Amino acid sequence: MLRSKTFLKKTRTGGVMKIVREHYLRDDIGCGASGCAECGAAHGGPALEPRPQDQASSLWPRPHYLLPDTNVLLHQIDVLEDPAIRNVIVLQTVLQEVRNRSAPVYKRIRDVTNNQEKHFYTFTNEHHRETYVEQEQGENANDRNDRAIRVAAKWYNEHLKKMSAENQLQVIFITNDRKNKEKAVEEGIPAFTCEEYIKSLTANPELIDRLACLSEEGNEIESGKIIFTEHLPLSKLQQGIKSGIYLQGTFRASRENYLEATVWIYGDTEENKEIIVQGLKHLNRAIHEDVVAVELLPKSQWVAPSSVVLQDEGQLEDDVDKEEERAHMLKTAINEKMLKPTGRVVGIIKRNWRPYCGMLSKSDIKESRRHLFTPADKRIPRIRIETRQASVLEGRRIIVAIDGWPRNSRYPNGHFVRNLGDVGEKETETEVLLLEHDVPHQPFSQAVLSFLPKMPWSITENDMKNREDLRHLCVCSVDPPGCTDIDDALHCRELTNGNLEVGVHIADVSHFIRPGNALDQESARRGTTVYLCEKRIDMVPELLSSNLCSLRCDVDRLAFSCIWEMNHSAEILKTRFTKSVINSKASLTYAEAQMRIDSATMNDDITISLRGLNKLAKILKKRRIEKGALTLSSPEVRFHMDSETHDPIDLQTKELRETNSMVEEFMLLANISVAKKIHEEFSEHALLRKHPAPPPSNYEILVKAAKSKNLEIKTDTAKSLADSLDRAESPAFPYLNTLLRILATRCMMQAVYFCSGMDSDFHHYGLASPIYTHFTSPIRRYADIIVHRLLAVAIGADCTYPELTDKHKLADICKNLNFRHKMAQYAQRASVAFHTQLFFKNKGIVSEEAYILFVRKNAIVVLIPKYGLEGTVFFEEKDKPKPQLIYDDETPSLKVEGTIFHVFDKVKVKIMLDSSNLQHQKIRMALVEPQIPGISIPNEISNMDINEPEEKRRKLEK
Amino acid sequence: MAGLELLSDQGYRVDGRRAGELRKIQARMGVFAQADGSAYIEQGNTKALAVVYGPHEIRGSRSRALPDRALVNCQYSSATFSTGERKRRPHGDRKSCEMGLQLRQTFEAAILTQLHPRSQIDIYVQPLRGVVSLQVLQADGGTYAACVNAATLAVLDAGIPMRDFVCACSAGFVDGTALADLSHVEEAAGGPQLALALLPASGQIALLEMDARLHEDHLEWVLEAAAQAARDVHTLLDRVVRQHVHEASILLGD
Repeated sequence: MLRSKTFLKKTRTGGVMKIVREHYLRDDIGCGASGCAECGAAHGGPALEPRPQDQASSLWPRPHYLLPDTNVLLHQIDVLEDPAIRNVIVLQTVLQEVRNRSAPVYKRIRDVTNNQEKHFYTFTNEHHRETYVEQEQGENANDRNDRAIRVAAKWYNEHLKKMSAENQLQVIFITNDRKNKEKAVEEGIPAFTCEEYIKSLTANPELIDRLACLSEEGNEIESGKIIFTEHLPLSKLQQGIKSGIYLQGTFRASRENYLEATVWIYGDTEENKEIIVQGLKHLNRAIHEDVVAVELLPKSQWVAPSSVVLQDEGQLEDDVDKEEERAHMLKTAINEKMLKPTGRVVGIIKRNWRPYCGMLSKSDIKESRRHLFTPADKRIPRIRIETRQASVLEGRRIIVAIDGWPRNSRYPNGHFVRNLGDVGEKETETEVLLLEHDVPHQPFSQAVLSFLPKMPWSITENDMKNREDLRHLCVCSVDPPGCTDIDDALHCRELTNGNLEVGVHIADVSHFIRPGNALDQESARRGTTVYLCEKRIDMVPELLSSNLCSLRCDVDRLAFSCIWEMNHSAEILKTRFTKSVINSKASLTYAEAQMRIDSATMNDDITISLRGLNKLAKILKKRRIEKGALTLSSPEVRFHMDSETHDPIDLQTKELRETNSMVEEFMLLANISVAKKIHEEFSEHALLRKHPAPPPSNYEILVKAAKSKNLEIKTDTAKSLADSLDRAESPAFPYLNTLLRILATRCMMQAVYFCSGMDSDFHHYGLASPIYTHFTSPIRRYADIIVHRLLAVAIGADCTYPELTDKHKLADICKNLNFRHKMAQYAQRASVAFHTQLFFKNKGIVSEEAYILFVRKNAIVVLIPKYGLEGTVFFEEKDKPKPQLIYDDETPSLKVEGTIFHVFDKVKVKIMLDSSNLQHQKIRMALVEPQIPGISIPNEISNMDINEPEEKRRKLEK
Repeated sequence: MAGLELLSDQGYRVDGRRAGELRKIQARMGVFAQADGSAYIEQGNTKALAVVYGPHEIRGSRSRALPDRALVNCQYSSATFSTGERKRRPHGDRKSCEMGLQLRQTFEAAILTQLHPRSQIDIYVQPLRGVVSLQVLQADGGTYAACVNAATLAVLDAGIPMRDFVCACSAGFVDGTALADLSHVEEAAGGPQLALALLPASGQIALLEMDARLHEDHLEWVLEAAAQAARDVHTLLDRVVRQHVHEASILLGD
């Protein structure tokens, strides 16, 4: 059965341990080429095409396979991922090295290997009898691996010769190591560098731009002048950190000033938590988010954070001295007290580079192939790339990856990855905001799709195991109009004993997504469905989200039901969970459901059921509010889209009906019931959601603002806050209450997922519930899928798996989910902001009424209720005389040239689009009323040049 | 640095085996002339030596004698050089005692003890370099299994009647796949680990031991993998026994 030879690998560490490992060599490992008679299709299914076509290389016109070495794989993964590159042999030696050196690249390689169309094959050369090589005396591990790769390449060439002599199929070895290449050629293996090969692909010239520029020749051209000090090696850094000479932290570049950054030091030392790094030389090539080691400068060199806005404008590359001058400029006007610990970067512990979105700033020299790229994120330095398609890429949004930053270069070197499209195009901008918020939005891979159920799908005998048939119940769903991913449905009926039976039925997504497979991993990675203004980025493939899992009417669907027996005063007598099959009788919108409840003439089953639900929901809501649940408010708006151009033509604030809160109420109830159940069953590893109470200082702004209107807001408990918000009404000012609620929302903390075994505080502040989780939207949230699995195991309806009961893995999942949720929120806001811009671009300049939300030292933040739009009105402008500003922190109010602005004051503002910076277009507001000479602008269309240079503007996002 | 990948995407384990494959097994019977039965086995790098005395009269306290069956006395000691680190373990330490008890349980189930009432069978342990002993000379995972397999051969060599061979094998569970015959690297990775001693002809389990958490849904697969591996071990041991008998009969000159 086992034809093997035993080898012994011996390694000695510390001279004490002797490790002896067996290493079996096999002769049943296939070469991966289909149609190879010798290997047969024995193992893993062949991945390489027998006759690779379409790779017309001028260097090697005959058909061939590629065999890259480790460094090529690590650095040129962008090229290898291109659909034009196919039939690649990835050796196990190479794969293992990649795995040890870069986890992200390893993952990408595995994805590519899993893609059937790419024809990548992993050859287990270390266990093949003829390709295994032993480390020789005096040979280091790297040399041994290089030799192993060459031996494998040689073996392949001989093997393929045997397979079909007339085919002349050969393996081409791709390496960037000159010595290795020479040796390979000596041994008769055709070898090229990656650059040579890619350049020879005449059919795909665009691939050249994607090459990472690592070739040594490229760097030699640059001036030999060294700008930066050398980074210290990791071993020295670690020593230094241990002995306290250096500090380790995350590098955070400043948005406003490219010559300044702060480093957040790890650990809990109170002092030196935040270290300022100023000046190009001290920044020493660190890039935003890198983990760096810094050395503290002596106190005499400490500086204060500058308040100057500096943008990197220089096109001249080596103008470093001038830049230093600018840096000196920062240091003027020092106040002794404001001095902060200052340091310089001595080494990089871990780079956290990712591909960046941005635009090309074309070089002034027409024929130049080197251009600078300006990332959309202002914290990232400009990147020098080499491209021949500069004229094509100009005015487009592109993605660029950084390859390295040599000591003698002012800018990092990078390469072009992808063209997203024209600036201002809706698709392009959506793509950009998805990428910048790290929202995974690629189409689902083949591997993921392969785990979908085959269509046509129907419920089988097997599915009915452990499942209750609830198709006879009169279930219906209530959702916003146009909703295709319906994940909840409800029913209510009277039992013979006079009590009511209420059921919440949730789509049984965990039935389709089995733990651990590619589909599950992908959903876990995505974490949540992201809803943008005109687009939805699904967490699960559409077949599930809009069809098999969507609880549409008149079809049988699998569900997970939570059924309560309640009395007429909405007290829960019994709770029961079961997997079920339901058949929804109607998919209603909130408006339709409301209409049914209200119209006296309708008395069918659905309507009666809805009325019952509505009645109970009202009682539940009342009880919840009595307990201290908060009703908060946020100015939510929806865009009316033009059906043809998909441009926003109007805005509409969300309407709230009784039915909205009816559905919400039962979802809350289901979530709480499920949370109790899973926590009871799995006290150590239940996935729950908590909402911590905000620290009292958060409320200051709300209390002060209310005080200015002679209202009192109590914030000691959630209950008193809710009550005082209810009481805070002003007959003359009906919108005041909403404004207060909006402000209160801003005071809140983020709600987060957590694992019950890792935390002791479960309280949900906003809902005033001691325990809470997410159960009701498994189609769009991954947390719900985990909760479904936990609940299914708790009631014995499904089997468990090891990861489910591993609290550290669960904590990791929670961490990712919290991150994804936050990013999804930011992406949503960015999408709304972009559509608001589009809207006002079409609408021109308008004047609207607004209320002041916050008062700042030099500006006011206003909210326009009509559009739910928030903006800042500045009173200081760059080239205008500074108005007299008096800021009062207590009230809070701002006196501008004699006019006082209080929070909640009504003003009139003009809204316009500022497109002075193509990359960062934004909405701009200017004051119209009350009129302040020299500051407000007349109500008529002003001839003010809105394209004047932008000034410093702080985002007021919380 | 990423941890060890116990099972690659291509389905190979760290040492090149597939999930269900055993390590290389070599065994010899009758390695000591002065004992009643003896055997030596190598399972990969795990080497074990088993020696059997008996059945003979009860030694020591007579009160230990059982009226209806033989007393099986098992002792285990590991050689100081058998693990990566040299450590002196006085015999009678907790680990050895436990292993001895497990072996005893296993063999009480397999040997037809009722044929030899009031006597004693020793599958037993002496300190290092003792002649009459069952020693693990080198441990590379699956110590218990190697001991059982060696002892089976030694008992057979001694001519003590047994119900069947006792074949043992370990199995683990990694990434949803059951791995048979764990090596030291795989054991050290910390996953669940199961030891099974099987009477292959009847399929009865003589001993089953596991000391990590494994969900019951997966137990069946792991158990099946271990059982299949034990049956494979049986095939090999059977061949060794037949070879030994064949050689012996030639020597006797028939």
